[in-house]
Amino acid sequence: MNFHELFAHFGDITVDGLTKGSIYALVALGYTLVYGVLKLINFAHSEVFMVGTWTVLGAYSLVGADEGSGVGILIIATVLGFLLAPLASAGTALAVERIAYRPLRRKNAPPLIFLITAIGCSLVLTETFGQALHAIFGPPFGRAAVSIPSLIPEKEWVNLSWIAISNTQILVIVAAIVMMVALDAFVNRSRLGRGVRAVAQDPDTAALMGVNQDRVIMLIFVLGGAMAGIAAMLYTIRYDITKFDIGFLIGVKAFTAAVLGGIGNLRGALVGGLVLGVVEVYSSTLFSSNWEDVTAFVVLVLVLMFRPTGILGESLAKARA
Amino acid sequence: MPEISELWKSVNLRERWETAPTWVRMIVSGILLAIAIYLPFLNVLPFAYIRTDLSTGGSDWSGVLTTIVIYMIVATGLNVVIGMAGLLDLGYVGFYAIGAYSLALFGSPDSPVTHWFADKFGLSEGWSVPFVACVPIAIAIALAAGVVLGAPTLRLRGDYLAIVTMGFGEIIRIISRNANGLTNGPNGITNVPTPPGPKDPDTGQPFFNPIDGYRWYWLCLAVLILLIWLVRRLEYSRVGRSWLAIREDEDAAAVMGVSGFKYKLWAFAIGAAVGAIAGLLFGSKQTFVEPTGFALNLSFLFVAMVVIGGSGNMVGALFGAFLITYLPERFRGLSDWRPFCFGVALVLVMILRPQGLIPNRRRARELEDRRLEAEEVATDD
Amino acid sequence: MTDTLESQAGEVLLEVDHVTLRFGGVVALNDVDFHIKKGEILGLIGPNGAGKTTCFNAMTGVYRPTEGEIRFDGQQISGRKPHHITALGIARTFQNIRLFPEMTALENVMVGTDARHKTSVLGALFKVWPRVRVDDVDLPRNRVKRAFSQTFGVSRHYAEERAGRRVAMGLLRFVGVADRANELAKNLPYGYQRRLEIARAMATEPKLLCLDEPAAGFNPAEKEELMGLIRKIRDRGLTVLLIEHDMRLVMGVTDRIVVLEFGTKIADGVPSEVARNPKVIAAYLGEPDDAA
Repeated sequence: MNFHELFAHFGDITVDGLTKGSIYALVALGYTLVYGVLKLINFAHSEVFMVGTWTVLGAYSLVGADEGSGVGILIIATVLGFLLAPLASAGTALAVERIAYRPLRRKNAPPLIFLITAIGCSLVLTETFGQALHAIFGPPFGRAAVSIPSLIPEKEWVNLSWIAISNTQILVIVAAIVMMVALDAFVNRSRLGRGVRAVAQDPDTAALMGVNQDRVIMLIFVLGGAMAGIAAMLYTIRYDITKFDIGFLIGVKAFTAAVLGGIGNLRGALVGGLVLGVVEVYSSTLFSSNWEDVTAFVVLVLVLMFRPTGILGESLAKARA
Repeated sequence: MPEISELWKSVNLRERWETAPTWVRMIVSGILLAIAIYLPFLNVLPFAYIRTDLSTGGSDWSGVLTTIVIYMIVATGLNVVIGMAGLLDLGYVGFYAIGAYSLALFGSPDSPVTHWFADKFGLSEGWSVPFVACVPIAIAIALAAGVVLGAPTLRLRGDYLAIVTMGFGEIIRIISRNANGLTNGPNGITNVPTPPGPKDPDTGQPFFNPIDGYRWYWLCLAVLILLIWLVRRLEYSRVGRSWLAIREDEDAAAVMGVSGFKYKLWAFAIGAAVGAIAGLLFGSKQTFVEPTGFALNLSFLFVAMVVIGGSGNMVGALFGAFLITYLPERFRGLSDWRPFCFGVALVLVMILRPQGLIPNRRRARELEDRRLEAEEVATDD
Repeated sequence: MTDTLESQAGEVLLEVDHVTLRFGGVVALNDVDFHIKKGEILGLIGPNGAGKTTCFNAMTGVYRPTEGEIRFDGQQISGRKPHHITALGIARTFQNIRLFPEMTALENVMVGTDARHKTSVLGALFKVWPRVRVDDVDLPRNRVKRAFSQTFGVSRHYAEERAGRRVAMGLLRFVGVADRANELAKNLPYGYQRRLEIARAMATEPKLLCLDEPAAGFNPAEKEELMGLIRKIRDRGLTVLLIEHDMRLVMGVTDRIVVLEFGTKIADGVPSEVARNPKVIAAYLGEPDDAA
């Protein structure tokens, strides 16, 4: 139990946890949106994130951006990453919904079937990058980890005696919070968002009121996918790496975060993500990084036992009983 | 596929089997059993093409058969949890690992646990618990783990149960990897004991050794048959009825005096014990246990076996286990493509045949009803 | 509690003792106070939303009263688990039928008989211990097994399984569903499903059988038949609590009636008395008698 380390660097560690947690939170949104409307755990969502990270790599190589490139190219590459990653992720999410989930919804299949299908989709997507694309194009695709050029060099922006915050940390946290606020406003204020809430609350009545269910479902997959794409972009900026199975662990953590905060609840995803991120870094400082995942799950079990619907409760549609 | 399924329906194997007189069924079962026993020596063309070791680099045929049967045991246990009681357990690999590690920790003279016992009680060097005694220890530990995991979590809703059990599976693996003092960490534990038997007089090899793979296969087959027989007994008793009632309508079942929690916990514990037995056989056959053998993906594979075969139906679950283990071994030439093909197959089977390949009749009907209901709603619009 | 009724019949089986039930600011039951005596058929009636089902749910342990308590056979039952309450001897049916749709009629009733069985999971698994003696009818047909069972007895699992099946078939015959015992519950016609639910509840060997609007959706002929069945159930020694909407049915079959309105008891007495009670008439006036 390394308390000394924890207290000596408490500020740094907390900021590090918040950074991690912001990425979890953005990915968690995808789980929460889909669950809130369809009552379905979209296990393939982790791969939506993974596709995003590869897209960033693609965007960089498209404009030939590298660590040594000029400022102009760096800006273009970064903007392109922020545009293409969400697009690709949203497209992947939409494809999964159209190809795999929609036929099952037509048959009104039970949740278990969706789950297995999602696991299947997840395998197909990881193997596409780990195997299929490798067979066609060779590296960088394949089973090895690939480093992504770090276009924004890490610099400390805040440096006080008790806390140091770097530019990428600020970027990740701020971008994540901005996206969350925008999404929350969209769902709660806009007409489309009202449709989402209506379907979440009572699909049949919503259909009677003229809400097009399929469109709402497509919308939530697109929104969740786009958020995962942004998360992927932020992740590559902060951690400079991708791998064909990178989505798995982040997906599990993000789903844990969603449940922790109260699945189906957008603000819960933020709270859950941040709490999980911070708890993880504290525990890896206290014990060792080997036990990080154990702590995450133990916290989840404890929260569920005492607050079975998560920290903020579950409600995408606010008035659900 | 409709023509094939029509043809299948017209043959109606299931009904014929159920209406057949006892002696016919006994003879057919006897023949099937004989074939199963003979399989490792199968060398008659064209049937020998099912063997996996025809091409160079193929897997040892007896070894593959053993793995198939071990996974069939897993499917039998998981079918109790998922198919009968309707509980989604995504951490089943945890119990499989507990079985393997229990045997290794108590049965291997190289494990930290036996060392500790030897030091503490002044036992001779190389002391370990005999294999036969390890079996009840492993089952007891798995039962306890099932209860410890189930008691706080079985009250949770289905989806939460899925994630919590998944966490459990991961925790077991992480502990086995990181608790160096207990499990030797990533190095694993060597010298895991094999079941007792007469030693080979010439070579001094134990009776269950890697060369005579068919012995392992026969042992696992015997265990599988025993377990199936026991699980059948439960299925056709008040226990099976209670599971079914809970799955259908938990509140109504409670009013009929069925304690949902108690029977769910039993399903969980029984599943855990069966999973541990499978893990124990696996560990013993490898004579070596290490954390990487119990990755979370294996849990998904297990669930896929049960669901692809036909959830709730034991024959279906066994068939699913067979397919998922056998096909990748048979087509090892495509080894790099195996996970990809597996993923595609999962998606296709689920979309085209959500009730599984050999569905439980009840489940098939439930799905059919749900489909019709959905169609009715669609035409109402 | 006034009157002469107290002395007329047997001892009290269920006591609803000044029960008040609030949900937040809403008072669902207000100081409701009545009792059910052994061997009677008590009707609990009231217009829609009067608190009949709430009262019923409090009695079967779904809600815990805010004030007052409910006693069954002298034991406090509020707040107990549903399966404990079944074990004490209260069984119920549901207003909207809740059978196990994918189980056969017989299996449905057997789930009920299991409530009184003692076979443990291990007993069902090994079928060895404990051993019991059974009558000749329940012995296995196979001659070898028969001889074995005569010498060593049969396992409790076997005995209970046979007895359960026999009792269940008997109950199906009693309610008139026996001809379709092996059909799935969901494929049975509506009337059969209602009666099957009664059989399933009776299989738990209750002292008190609570029927929640058992005549809902029945035509007059079917209602008549149901009244006969309820009397037959009472003749088997069960106490019946009947929640009903339809005054005529209740008047015809019950020994005593409790009337609720807006969560308050407004009348309690024999049917003829209650029917003349001005408060009851007022409560039902303008209330469309949809069941007629």
